[in-house]
Amino acid sequence: MTEKVIIIGSGPAGLTAAIYASRADLNPLMIEGFNRGGQLMITTDVENYPGFPDGIMGPDLMEQFRKQAERFGTRLITADVTAVDFAQRPFKVWVGQDEYEAGSVIISTGASARWLGIPGEEKLRGYGVSACATCDGFFFRDKEIAVVGGGDSAMEEALFLTKFASKVTIIHRRDEFRASKIMAQRALDHGKIEVMWDTVVEEVLGDQSVSGLKIRNKNTEDVEDIPVDGLFVAIGHDPNTGIFQGQVELDDEGYIIADGTRTSVEGVFAGGDVVDKVYRQAVTAAGMGCAAALDAERWLEEQEAT
Amino acid sequence: MGNNTVEATDQNFSEIVGSETPTLVDFWAEWCGPCKMMNEPLEQIATENSGKLTVAKLNVDDNQSTAMNYEVMSIPTLIIFQEGVEKKRLVGARSKAQLESELAEFV
Repeated sequence: MTEKVIIIGSGPAGLTAAIYASRADLNPLMIEGFNRGGQLMITTDVENYPGFPDGIMGPDLMEQFRKQAERFGTRLITADVTAVDFAQRPFKVWVGQDEYEAGSVIISTGASARWLGIPGEEKLRGYGVSACATCDGFFFRDKEIAVVGGGDSAMEEALFLTKFASKVTIIHRRDEFRASKIMAQRALDHGKIEVMWDTVVEEVLGDQSVSGLKIRNKNTEDVEDIPVDGLFVAIGHDPNTGIFQGQVELDDEGYIIADGTRTSVEGVFAGGDVVDKVYRQAVTAAGMGCAAALDAERWLEEQEAT
Repeated sequence: MGNNTVEATDQNFSEIVGSETPTLVDFWAEWCGPCKMMNEPLEQIATENSGKLTVAKLNVDDNQSTAMNYEVMSIPTLIIFQEGVEKKRLVGARSKAQLESELAEFV
């Protein structure tokens, strides 16, 4: 059986596409991925999603999206797509050995947290090195923690960690944050937060768990070891496009190149953080997912007409 | 809590993991998104390996001393015990297939 539309990925973009495609009677199949719900699943309070004046928890918001998609008949597969073939129509999508065919595809696989790629980091992941303050902050009660990064997510992580930690040091490679003013100011004003400017982390120290960091000041070139019990990495994201290499055009950073929601392959659409490196908000992703579904619907109608 | 998993607590922990039957303990919390993804696969694994493997869930909010004893620093953390001894530790969410291959040596 050939599906009308397969949606790959289940963050705000994918689930909004699913809601619109379902309501347009396209009976979409969503392959939501093992990490379903996307990045909002590892956040706490979402304060800037319109319609929730008191804020909402990220996982709760995604549960609502999912329920709404299911209400209109979206079928969900909780597994990762392992390969795709967009060279001919119908398009083919594989989940392990299972093959699916589709007249159109919407890609909304989002992005994942980037790591520093320094010695000690991978070995100590889960043993003091983390990219998810909301998952792991709890275990650092009365401990000293470092957060690397200078954007909104670094500020959020640092502020969240002050609930548990005795001290949070933000280590940033520049002399100012690129975070929004409101978030940067909240962090700078916080009594438990200190900032080390113009500083990079060169190595994570520790045997069984994190005991400290080797850091270097970029101005003075001084290298020193500082004791910390935890390192939270919040230095940005990379698009999840590994399986699309050679299938649709990607830019140098791996983002899908799209004209609106149209990728380089006719009939394959994309929306959300897998395309967008500028806004990267839940609400913009949702908007792009809606546009992708409307574009897919229109395109399928044109195909039938010819 | 699923039908085929047992609830581990600070009080009953040593009794639960002391068994000869291998016991998989899932350290989780309500506020942990990735932990929720583990519910379904763990429930299935508990059902499919009934009698060969006990699957227990420990809420780290309510049972902090056990979580601290085992130096859990990230959740979900899954620890496999046999006769009270830690045999294997998995940190971070896993799919059902990944879990099955990690558990193969115990069931």
